[in-house]
Amino acid sequence: MNAPSTSTRQGAAVPEGLRGRIGDALERPGVLGTVMLAPAILYIVAFVAVPFCIAIALSFSNATVGDPTIDSFVGLENFRAVLQQEAFVTALRNSVIVTIATVVGIVVLATIAVELLARDFRGKRLVQVLFMMPWAMPVALSAITWLWLLDSQFSPIDWLLLKVGVLGPGGPLGPAQHMYYLGREWLGLGSVVFLDIWRTLPLATIIVLAGRLSIPRERLEQAQIDGASFMRILFRIIVPALAPVLIVAILFTALLVIGEMSSVALLTRGGPGHSGQILPYWAYLKGIESGDLAQGAAISLFLFPVLAAAAIVALRFASRLHRD
Amino acid sequence: MNRQARKTSFYAAVVLLVLFSFLPIIYAVITIFKKESELFTPGSNPFIYEQGATLEHLTYLFTNTQFPTFLWNSVVIGLFVVAITVLLAVPAAYALARLTGRWGESSGMAIFLVYLIPPTLLFIPLFRVVVWLNLANSIWALVVVLPTITVPFCTWLLLGFFRSVPRELDEAALLDGCSRFAAFRKVVLPQALPGIGACIVFAFSLSLSNYIYSVTFVSESASRNLSAGVPTELIRGDVYFWPSLMAATAIVAIPLGIAYGLLFDYLVRGFQSAESG
Repeated sequence: MNAPSTSTRQGAAVPEGLRGRIGDALERPGVLGTVMLAPAILYIVAFVAVPFCIAIALSFSNATVGDPTIDSFVGLENFRAVLQQEAFVTALRNSVIVTIATVVGIVVLATIAVELLARDFRGKRLVQVLFMMPWAMPVALSAITWLWLLDSQFSPIDWLLLKVGVLGPGGPLGPAQHMYYLGREWLGLGSVVFLDIWRTLPLATIIVLAGRLSIPRERLEQAQIDGASFMRILFRIIVPALAPVLIVAILFTALLVIGEMSSVALLTRGGPGHSGQILPYWAYLKGIESGDLAQGAAISLFLFPVLAAAAIVALRFASRLHRD
Repeated sequence: MNRQARKTSFYAAVVLLVLFSFLPIIYAVITIFKKESELFTPGSNPFIYEQGATLEHLTYLFTNTQFPTFLWNSVVIGLFVVAITVLLAVPAAYALARLTGRWGESSGMAIFLVYLIPPTLLFIPLFRVVVWLNLANSIWALVVVLPTITVPFCTWLLLGFFRSVPRELDEAALLDGCSRFAAFRKVVLPQALPGIGACIVFAFSLSLSNYIYSVTFVSESASRNLSAGVPTELIRGDVYFWPSLMAATAIVAIPLGIAYGLLFDYLVRGFQSAESG
């Protein structure tokens, strides 16, 4: 067969002139690729890359809301000042603790949820609908739901604990009638972790379930025929096969949790005092509420190198596991 | 373990999982219809109506607050963000998967790095961009800014999708005389529809969920969305309008939860291709 000319390729399109030449150029993968990629790249440069550079510049300047120009370079002064704030050190610690605790909870619960949802059973549709609901809410609204569930006076959890005798006079957690979840340092942080697990579990489960359903059925059936117990199948076949997707799920969860301030902003307001502070909320309070743009930028810049390194390592690891 | 016991324990585990996710929402729904006097009676059973139910909090939410406006703004913002995301991410993902050669191969990682830059870092400079574009205090500020979150995420998701479509398909289309773009539109795109569906769901959900941009870029209450509007409008200092707040939450969560639940298998399939690509 003769090599097809452009005119036959484009059917009735004009073969000559400007349109024809543009059509020809678009047949080259590099050119068409650039044209299709350009809008997204331009958008990301304008709204992510440029602001990112401005943020870095801000963190080395002395800009405030009153005087937002980046005219004087103060070096690492902001980072030094930020490190000396007790609230910052607490926020850094809490951000790490909350993220790790959430990720651990998610890995355990998502593995269980995936084992349940990988099967067919009656009423599965309804279960899927109810299971997805926490993820369907904006985070701020989930936080408000939990604010009411953990209310200092009217928490239904306290009411139940009181009924079964855990709270109240004579109970192991008594004699107080209330737990005051959000008013105590560790209970407050624990509540934030619980909310984060609750709202991110559906997404993590979908990611892991996708990997679980890719495990060939024959492998599982063969193991069953060979007489392997459920636990053995779970830890010998399923968990190792899921490792790459679990890493992706961990990464997504960690990112959703570490950058979110509304859970803390609405639940504990970083309190009591600053003991429940986390980095994004501290950056917001410094940068916007107190108007110190430079320090706000320095605070939120702190985690980026760590996050980037962790993500690269995790993705490399996941793709290597994938190839084996 | 015999079969019956195994079945029972399986269903028990499913029920526990559902209760974990759904119990807080059931409690929110119960609260909506409680009378104020009963709600704040110490020691009263929080799960039943001892003094009867009322609709006053629900009507209050729709007639005395700006909740309908917030809901409308959220929907408009969501639809525009979805449209922008699909228009930018679909061609970009296809280009990276097929057209840019070696350069496109390591792009998955690069896109992920963009996604890693936290909104808490960008909101200060982005606020200036918004002011410069003259969009502060309008919903268009969020329409312009929220795709920064959804475009990288959806491009990453679609990249795996396009990679999982066999190359032979587009090559056959090219041999049949299609132009490269036509091969993409007529052959590859239909194969990737589940992935695009997953992107639409995720983009809408992420646009609804964002709190920090919503709070900082829009302070005029008529232009606020649900995330920013509901907490500020229905929490006045120390006064919380609990039943109305719970109504606002449930009205958003239940229809969307049903939609996501029915799309569940579709979403899983979307991720399956993204992960295998």
